[in-house]
Order: sequence, then structure tokens, then C-alpha cells
Amino acid sequence: MIEIEGVSFAHRGTPVLRDVTVSLPKGGLTALIGPNGAGKSTLLSLVARLQPLQSGRIAVDGMPVDRTPGRLLARSLTIMRQDTGPVGRLTVRELVGFGRFPHSRGRQTAEDHRHIDASLERFDLGDLAARGLDTLSGGQRQRAFVAMAFCQGTDYLLLDEPLNNLDPMYGRQMMRHLRDVVDGGQRTVVIVLHDINYAAAYADRILAMKDGRILADGTPAEVLTPDRLEALFGYRMEVREFEGRVHVLHHGP
Amino acid sequence: MAERGLWIAGAVALLVAAVFLGLGLRGNLAFVLELRALRLLGLVQVGVAVAVATVLLQTVTANRILTPSVMGLDALYVLGQTLLVFTLGGIGYASIDARLRFACGLLVMIGMALVVFLPLLRRRLSLTLLLLTGAVLGILFRSLTALVARLIDPNEFAVVQGASYANFSAVPPALLLPGLLLITAGVGVAWAWRHRLDVMSLGPDAAVSLGIDWIPAVTAVLGLVVVLVAASTALVGPVAFLGLLVVALAERLTGTRRHAVLLPAAALIGVAVLVGGQATLQHGFGGASTLGVIVEFAGGLLFLVLLAGGRRA
Repeated sequence: MIEIEGVSFAHRGTPVLRDVTVSLPKGGLTALIGPNGAGKSTLLSLVARLQPLQSGRIAVDGMPVDRTPGRLLARSLTIMRQDTGPVGRLTVRELVGFGRFPHSRGRQTAEDHRHIDASLERFDLGDLAARGLDTLSGGQRQRAFVAMAFCQGTDYLLLDEPLNNLDPMYGRQMMRHLRDVVDGGQRTVVIVLHDINYAAAYADRILAMKDGRILADGTPAEVLTPDRLEALFGYRMEVREFEGRVHVLHHGP
Repeated sequence: MAERGLWIAGAVALLVAAVFLGLGLRGNLAFVLELRALRLLGLVQVGVAVAVATVLLQTVTANRILTPSVMGLDALYVLGQTLLVFTLGGIGYASIDARLRFACGLLVMIGMALVVFLPLLRRRLSLTLLLLTGAVLGILFRSLTALVARLIDPNEFAVVQGASYANFSAVPPALLLPGLLLITAGVGVAWAWRHRLDVMSLGPDAAVSLGIDWIPAVTAVLGLVVVLVAASTALVGPVAFLGLLVVALAERLTGTRRHAVLLPAAALIGVAVLVGGQATLQHGFGGASTLGVIVEFAGGLLFLVLLAGGRRA
């Protein structure tokens, strides 16, 4: 369980998060949606201790993120950011292998190799394993980074806009992979999404954020109503139900 | 390819060392060999220290065209030595034990790193800003050195000059042992951290996510860089582009940034370049030029090529 209690955060005096309190139980795929600058990425980065907490409290499975040793947390929680940074001369397999670092500290065992193989296979990277990351397309590279996060074997996977730069086919593929990860094991995925319909189609729960606050919290059908969406994004969108799933027509005139 | 590159680098370094020791032996063999062995020891230390320090700095800054001298570290060392000459006079300076001078220089550098860089790191400033600060400080130190040099007696200025240009043919013998201990310890630590350094090269976010405590880890690595640069500067003087040249060659040769391969490869190439260059100068040009000039020239040229090529710069 991820418990977030009374968390506020300001960036150079500008408030980004205002007294956010929410808890995410183990299991399931939770999507964070909301307009740009709502504080979704900041919330995720605070949970993953990428930035220091300013006020409030965050605990992952009872471990406070600001006081637990990094090595320990790295076995239960991982994050993938949208800007994946420089990659240098790494092969896909080497990158995915880094996911085992919290367990093996660099000296990979046979078990680590099993985990690496399993991650490569799960994310359809088998054929690309020996390729250099700098030779891959954006979508393939994104998948390699998610595979690394998966390979870390943590209960909680935080993903900050993993669908960035992905075309519809790769986007759908990524979401299906993540859905499998949640359904297959007791993994918990928390994901920042810009496309509301991906959240509608794949998430178990949606947290809608605006101006550093959580505006709505519930299943896709509960959160994605025309009124809530208007409060969130500032204009009216139609919502249709099709084969048991909600669809938001946000491109309409 | 990686392992083969490492073997090639090792073979070249060994060959070069053998040539350096054995070429044109004349006269009292024992005397000549001892002299050359001591000189070789000094060159090996400097080559290894500069190569490892550069790899470390490039890894934590995620920048392939950096060398420690960009942070103004060696400039600070020279400033310290100049101030010593200024306050004690040329004769006073020369009469201090070289080891004491070395210890003072090292303490000043570590002190500055603690006072200037640590607070910057604590406030989580970006490394770019940190490097820019380093570059500005480097200019400040060089200017201060120039100012002090204008204030002192011209005769004593000659002493300062001796300390502020790289001199590979006269490694102070008294510093060989302390340098050896310091550099061996530093390189040992870097080697022990090789896997952790691999993870750090992914950048702060990914490294934290994989369980590295970024600020303490970067602080430790930068501390190691300071110690290695201080040791090599004390031995031969500032060498700006040597590290860049050596690490770029090592990466080309092994085709990897994995530290288990890159660290030894860069160290071996560092040794090969310095020792090979010195042997060529001694036997080919009769000592007419200085190695420092050639290394700076080749390194500077490479720096421009890297910039122009824009290779992940």
C-alpha cells in the first residue's frame, strides 16, 4: 500500500501540490489524469523519492520514503520517467539487466538472467536484445526502459507518461503489457496518462488531479463524467458507453 | 569486442613500458634502469590517475567531453603552490619537504571541494550549473595565479613556472610513494564501485530508482576525482586534455561504457600514451620537445573533433 498523507510541494515558491492525501492499495492499475501542470508527475516523483519531501508523509508498505535506505526501497518500488536520459553504448539486454541491480549489486546470478530473459520476452524484446539502444526507435526504447523497470521485480511500478512518443499500435501494446503485468502477478501499476481513453480502457481506478489537488477518485465510469471532465479540463466533452467501457469524445468541436 | 579491446590496450601498454625501459641502454645498467624504472612508475601513476578521474567525472555528469581540469581543480593546485612561493619566497618554497607541499595542496583541494561543491550538491543544483561554477572558479584561480605571479620577484617566478607547467621528465622522487598509495587506493575504490558507476551513468532518476542514494554517491565520486587529480597534478603538473584523449580512445577501442572494461582500458591507454610519448621524445627527438605540449595538442585537436562531430556531447 502506498500512503500519501498531507503532502504539499512548492517549486520556487509556486505551489505544485496542495495537501494531497490518498492511499493506493496493493494491486490494480491506477491512472493519474489531469491537465498539464496539475502535479501528477510531481506526486509520482515524490513517491519515488526523486525529489525531497517538503511537507507531509509518504510511505510504501509502511516504509517512509524519506527515511528508508534507497537499496531497500528499490526492491519494492521503481519509477520510469518520461525523459529517459542519455543511454550511451548499451544493449537492450544490458539495460534490462540493470533492473537486477538492487538484488545482485551488479554480480548477476543465474536467477537474475532468468528474470532478464522473462522481461525481454514479456515486452517482445527478444529479437532486439543484442541491439544497441541508440539504434532503436523511440517506441522500442520506451519498451526497453519499461522492461527494465519490470525486471526490477518490485511490487510497485510507477510510470510517468510511458505512452509518450508511441503510435497507437505501440501505445495499445504497452497498455496491454502493463495490464498483463497487473493481472499476472500481484503487481501494482501507477501511471500518468495524457490520453483519457487509454485510462478509460485499461485502468482499474482513476485519480483526476487539477491545480495540485485530487479532484476525483474512482473507477473510470465514476470519474469520467461530462461534469467532472469539464471541471478538470475546462470544456465540455461528450462521454459515450460502448461495449461496457466509457469513451470520452474529447476531440469534438 | 570489449574484452579484445582490453587485451589490445594491455599489450600496447606492456610493450611501450618495455621499450621505455629497454631502448638504447648504455653505460651503468643498474643506474640507468633504476632511473628509468622510477620515471616509469611516475608516468604510470599519472596515466592511471588521470584516466580514472576522467571516466568518473564523465559518468556522474553524463558528459563525454569533460575533463577534471574543467572544474578548475588543477588550477587551484597551481594557485596554492604560487601562494606558497609568494609567502615563503623561492628558497623557502624549495626547502619545504615535497611531501609536505603535496599534503598541503591536497588538503586545499579537498577543502575547496567541500566548501564550494558540497553545498551546491546539497541544494540539488544541476550538474551543468556545478560545472559552470567549476569553470568560472578555474578562470578565477588562473587569474589569481597570474596576479600573484606579477607581484613576486622575477627569479621566484621561475620557481612558480616550474610548478605550473606539466613536466613529465622530472617527477619528484619523494612523491612517488605517497602518490602510489593514494592513487592505488583511489583506483581500488573506483574499481569496487564499477557496477554502481554503471547504474549512475543512467542518470539521477534511474539510479535513485535502482537504489542509489544519489547525493552521497555523487559526492563520494567527486571526492575521488579530487584526490586523483590532486595526486597527478602534484606529480607532474596540470594536464588538461590527457584524460579526454585517453577516455575517448578507450571507448573507441572497447565499444562500451561498462566500467568493468572502460576503467582498466582507459588506465592502460593512459599509461601507453604517456610512457609511449615520453619514450618517443627521449629517443626520437632527443628530448627536444616536452610531452605536455604534445599531449595537449593531440587532446585539444580531439576535443574539437568531438565537438564538431557532436557525438553525444
